[in-house]
Amino acid sequence: MSRLLIRHARVVDPAQRLDVGRDILVVDGVIAKLAERIDDPAAEVIDAAGLIAAPGFIDAHVHLREPGFEYKETVASGAAAAVAGGFTAVCCMANTVPVNDNAAVTEFIRGRAAAAGLARVYPIGAVSKGLGGDSLAEMGEMFRAGAVAFSDDGKPVSNSQLMRKALEYAQIFPAPVIDHCEDANLAGQGVMHEGAVATRLGLRGIPAAAEEVAVVRDIILAQLTGGHVHIAHLSTAGALDRVREGKGAGIRVTCEVTPHHLALTDELVAVTEYDTNTKMNPPLRDAAHVEALIHGVLDGTVDCLATDHAPHHADEKALEFDVAPFGIVGLESAIPVTYNLLVVKHKMPLTRFVALWSANPARVFHLPGGTLKPGSPADITLIDPEARLAVNPERFQSLSRNTPFAGQRLKGWPAATIVAGRVVWRRER
Amino acid sequence: MSVIAAPRLRGKDLVGIDPLSPGEIQLILDTAEHMKAIAARPIKKVPALRGKTVVNFFMEASTRTRFSFEVAEKRLSADTLNFSASGTSVSKGETLLDTALNLEAMQPDFLVIRHACPGTPHQLARVLKSAVINAGDGAHEHPTQALLDALTIRERRGTLEGQVVTIIGDIQHSRVVRSNILLLSRMGARVRVCAPPSLMPIGIEALGCEAHRRVEDAIPGADVVMMLRIQFERQGRMNFPTGREFFDLFALTPDRLKLARKNALVMHPGPMNRGVEIDSRVADGPQSVILEQVTNGVAVRMAVLYLLAGGHGEPTAD
Repeated sequence: MSRLLIRHARVVDPAQRLDVGRDILVVDGVIAKLAERIDDPAAEVIDAAGLIAAPGFIDAHVHLREPGFEYKETVASGAAAAVAGGFTAVCCMANTVPVNDNAAVTEFIRGRAAAAGLARVYPIGAVSKGLGGDSLAEMGEMFRAGAVAFSDDGKPVSNSQLMRKALEYAQIFPAPVIDHCEDANLAGQGVMHEGAVATRLGLRGIPAAAEEVAVVRDIILAQLTGGHVHIAHLSTAGALDRVREGKGAGIRVTCEVTPHHLALTDELVAVTEYDTNTKMNPPLRDAAHVEALIHGVLDGTVDCLATDHAPHHADEKALEFDVAPFGIVGLESAIPVTYNLLVVKHKMPLTRFVALWSANPARVFHLPGGTLKPGSPADITLIDPEARLAVNPERFQSLSRNTPFAGQRLKGWPAATIVAGRVVWRRER
Repeated sequence: MSVIAAPRLRGKDLVGIDPLSPGEIQLILDTAEHMKAIAARPIKKVPALRGKTVVNFFMEASTRTRFSFEVAEKRLSADTLNFSASGTSVSKGETLLDTALNLEAMQPDFLVIRHACPGTPHQLARVLKSAVINAGDGAHEHPTQALLDALTIRERRGTLEGQVVTIIGDIQHSRVVRSNILLLSRMGARVRVCAPPSLMPIGIEALGCEAHRRVEDAIPGADVVMMLRIQFERQGRMNFPTGREFFDLFALTPDRLKLARKNALVMHPGPMNRGVEIDSRVADGPQSVILEQVTNGVAVRMAVLYLLAGGHGEPTAD
């Protein structure tokens, strides 16, 4: 019997409406007891005085690049980055090579994750075969092999009929269909947000409307089918308004927002003079969109935060802005970036902050965890709210370093990550 | 407002008009006037850049700008190397950083770069010791073009201050217009741009201009009418219907030119699409200064090279 005792923690568990000093006893990977004081001489003890103990943080949107692009990231390196970033679980997208569009690939990813033994890794299966956008992948087989949701992320599901059928079919399990909302023709060859900054820099723009047109279609199809659509990396004020209206009308639509879309604006492309680590899709938006997104997080329209962790090798980013690939890593900066913005700056209650990273993604994707109730898996994120550190890509566990946050000094960092009662990562003092 | 020339350029590079102060712009224009005198001499050459190496790195088709830089470099006695290709670092099979480091290894003093991707000169300037001169980066900037346009206007009008300059054509894809708006507005001119809304980028006014969608609103009162090339190679098929219709609605014709101030200057950065954005009667008419622009291009590029090499005042002969 393995026993772990976390003492003197500030337990923040939104599912139990808890924000109080508690000791936590974990037995055999399961939360056994929360109490003001627990003594257990047989247990390994972690002194968590000054630390927040939260249900394990879940990043519902990452790209782990294996199989196919192991030089960018592997399941093992991505899982290491996850736990070093304070995440006990991640959901990984299907745009690998081969595509995760069948049970064999789903099982392969799960096997790699089990071998790494760090974070829990939940594969997301492709909606369409080969991400081709014209016929359904074997969702049922993948679901049985452990897929938790379906998405062609990286690409939108452009064919409305296919999207309709996916939303219908996925109700068997049930599992959400996640869409990367982008009208490909409107987005065109754009490389950053369409607006005054793109005009000044001479870069081709991606209009907010390219996302909003697709979000509106998806909400209409969710209404038609009764299916659950989840909007990936929502980034515009208009898209947020449509989601708010859809929810108000009882349509099953949920959404996530990334830390970078909340913390950065398109002005960063100009300030950094075309640094390709400011290039991602959807692009960094202007201040009005960012303000609307923060408001959407504060008012509860946004269900969860997710990083869209998109590792790329330094050589791939050392190119002209137009041709460098879209995407940045996020796992190892997400918690401090969002803690600073939401808790420190916008005074969001801790229980709500924790919910955005744990209880909410667990609910949206039907995942175990998301709470510290006795009997739950002992997935715990410990956060040091007073830790002040600079984002240092040199120390990332991820194989890639493509972050626009390098050098930013932030407050509130993960201190330790516990998965199934095992301490899988601890910040070195 | 009268602008006093700065004593020198602050930066190591000329990546755009945006980083330049009015005083620096004035300095380049004043120096270019001295440089023009050199071209009038029987021996059109000074030793100012003797022993200096210039790499002309053109990753996008160009004849006029490349020749203009080369003439400027030769008149200043620099050694020149030319590299012309088209595409990106990827199409050459290496990273932009590798390209830059390989060029640097040849220890050039200047890198003159033309590239289809905006920001490439900025990315290179960050890592190279040599002075980087932007000879056009995508739809971003073309600083020496704006400088030669300004020199031409200043010569003909005596000043840039208060001049009303109307720029018409494909504003969306034009680097010439961005550099011109920044330069002219900084020097006290009033800039109007005019294009079909389908070729007008969002927020262009923030650069320092008025935006119009009808030529008849944009031209009246103009001291200068500058037409831009319709870049058919950069268009999809959706921005405007046909060249014929563009001519009908936007081209500079003798009738439309009459709406401008009497003796308004007609300019074009070239190459012209005759019969698309400009009527030949106007292009070849008495108000056209299009070929003077080309002549001034050499002088302006000499001035930029000379100043970035640390020169000041008038270059001396041997």
